[in-house]
Amino acid sequence: MKSWIEKQKYIIDFTLSSLLRRKVKNIGLLILYALIVFILASVMFFTHAIKKEASLVLRESPEMIVQKVVAGRHDLMPLRYRDEILKIRGVQAVEGRLWGYYFDPVFGANYTLLVPPATTATEQAETEPMRTVVTENEHRHGPEEQAMPLVGAETIGAGNIVIGNGIARVRNAGKGEFILFRTHAGEGMPLRIKDTLSSASELVSSDLILMTEPDFRRFFGIPENYVTDLAVSVRNPEELSTIAAKITRLFPDSRPIIRDEILRTYDSIFNWRGGMMIVILSAAVLAFVIFAWDKASGLSAGERREIGILKAIGWETSDIIRMKFWEGAVISLTAFLAGVILAYIHVFFTHSLVFEPALKGWSTLYPQFKLMPFVSAEQLTTLFFLTVVPYTVSTIVPAWRAATIDPDAAMRHTGE
Amino acid sequence: MIMHPAVIANIIAALTVSLMVVYSAYYGLQIYRHWNIESGSELQLTLERRTYLVSTLLSYTFGLQLISLFLYVFTADTLYPLFVGAMCAAGALSVNAFGYPTLILKVGNFLLAGLWLVLNHADNQAYDYPLIRKKYLLLAVIAPFIVAETIVELAYFLKLDANVITSCCGALFSSERVEGLGSEIAALPALPTLWAFYISIAAALLSGIYFYLRGKGGYVYSALAVVAFFVSIVAIISCISLYIYELPTHHCPFCIIMEEYNYIGYLLYILLFSAVVAGAGIAVLIPFRGIASLSSAIPSLLRRLALTSIVSYTAFASVVTYRIAISNLVM
Repeated sequence: MKSWIEKQKYIIDFTLSSLLRRKVKNIGLLILYALIVFILASVMFFTHAIKKEASLVLRESPEMIVQKVVAGRHDLMPLRYRDEILKIRGVQAVEGRLWGYYFDPVFGANYTLLVPPATTATEQAETEPMRTVVTENEHRHGPEEQAMPLVGAETIGAGNIVIGNGIARVRNAGKGEFILFRTHAGEGMPLRIKDTLSSASELVSSDLILMTEPDFRRFFGIPENYVTDLAVSVRNPEELSTIAAKITRLFPDSRPIIRDEILRTYDSIFNWRGGMMIVILSAAVLAFVIFAWDKASGLSAGERREIGILKAIGWETSDIIRMKFWEGAVISLTAFLAGVILAYIHVFFTHSLVFEPALKGWSTLYPQFKLMPFVSAEQLTTLFFLTVVPYTVSTIVPAWRAATIDPDAAMRHTGE
Repeated sequence: MIMHPAVIANIIAALTVSLMVVYSAYYGLQIYRHWNIESGSELQLTLERRTYLVSTLLSYTFGLQLISLFLYVFTADTLYPLFVGAMCAAGALSVNAFGYPTLILKVGNFLLAGLWLVLNHADNQAYDYPLIRKKYLLLAVIAPFIVAETIVELAYFLKLDANVITSCCGALFSSERVEGLGSEIAALPALPTLWAFYISIAAALLSGIYFYLRGKGGYVYSALAVVAFFVSIVAIISCISLYIYELPTHHCPFCIIMEEYNYIGYLLYILLFSAVVAGAGIAVLIPFRGIASLSSAIPSLLRRLALTSIVSYTAFASVVTYRIAISNLVM
């Protein structure tokens, strides 16, 4: 065993010095290789991190949302639905939510208007332990993080609003100033900015405006006995689908949406975006593979002579193949590590300068947020299969061809 | 089809492995038909050179095969949130009819590939390629299985549509609903299975040590090693996993390779696979002891294989025992 390791050490030593002797050729290959790894790794890190962010945000959204549907479109929800749904066994609470969108023609931006729930999130957290959670995989999630801002309805006060950072930035507005809105009837409605939301929650609150219920109803002209939709919480998450089925049976014109479905949809969208990018980039990978094949099979006269001499002094074909293996391993490992580290810096420290527009989507009030650094073994294995494996496969045949040159032929052709 | 980077990686791996194996098998058949060590013809020289290419290609391929086995399970675990009712890899694999057949083919092909490498290594020890025809015949047998694996795997990924309701691992491997092989294994009583596991490992180890010291009873050891492999898999599903998860109802053989359980599954499966490949390799090599050019190489190779297998099984049993001992679950 020890002699085997010694042998490999000598071969690696020889390989490294022979690689360094042909610096220009190998550095060119290395840079291209690292670039390919870098691009693919950036796409994967970015989509993964944003998926994780989305799941963290959605974790605090209601378990089930019930909307009323009229002619296939989302409509206002009569409050009597709430009382009926509350009677279903297993339903813990039903809350009417009021929210909507407002287009600001001056800034060309869409705001999200929301009436915060009467109970703040802290109070909700206190009631949490009373629920029986049967098989939720809590351990799969990261540390607890507060995504939604903690503002209770009672703290806002009539005539006041609390705005998100994106709006504050775009309008250049601060605490105490007034914003003039136009209500549904076309009248002006000035509202005072009481506060801005914390920047930690910016991913969800960038375009958010919080206001009181009476203000909201006056703003959009929504009658007293209607809400936008219902948020249903359920005692046992296992029963969610059963309760959803009961709600559709009770109110055929309603549409229950379970949180997991939303998560699944987000997952699919980001998977699709990442996958699409990789399919497009596969052309680049293919070009790189052809390049690597070409580099590996186009041996220079010096390399041919080197192999010829090695064989003449007693190296076996299998030793040359082993040398070529180590050569590939050294190049692949260096390029892979360099590419991965650069991609990590690119995605998590420079906000993915290169791909942001393609992967994130676009909006006037786009939130500024930092992605949580997250790299898993699975991502690295996937990346390995997408880059190192094609490279290695493309170099096996050229390596074998080089290794089976006859020593006399190699030296005779290049010796003169 | 789901456009996930990991799915694309799986498909690339499957196609690459298939391509390389078919390419090798093509030249393997040429070698099988025209090989004549006595001849000095040009064809023979070309074939001798080809053997280097084929064995290099296959060593890479079989390395890939092992990593792709884990990548496959990992991918299934990544995709499970897309399917209603699936709670881990087990649920994602049962989304359509091709998930589990792919897994079984992957494991089977990995074992066959390991045996081929053992044979190849033995053949390279001799100067006159005594096993070359047998080696390439075995390759011709493996190739269709590898191609089948690729086709089934492609079918699995192409037919994967998010939101199909599947049974999750809680239902598939839970002892309440006896249906299908998975549940039947899970329904085996835990403690007797644990006894069976220890007895089979002990029997294998005893015969292995006897073979290592005396050089006799190689076939017996091989057979016992293969038996111990299957008993171990059954034991992982029916009781060892319970101790690792510390949950008396969770029988999943896949979750143990996840981060939450400190990746202990990798250690267990790699030890188990190397133990069975080395153990079964003994039975493959014993018939060739009589060949003159191999007579000095094979006995030492057999001893090394036996040692590898014994050490792997011992390590496997120790890790399992340690895990059971520190587990908070008492049965």
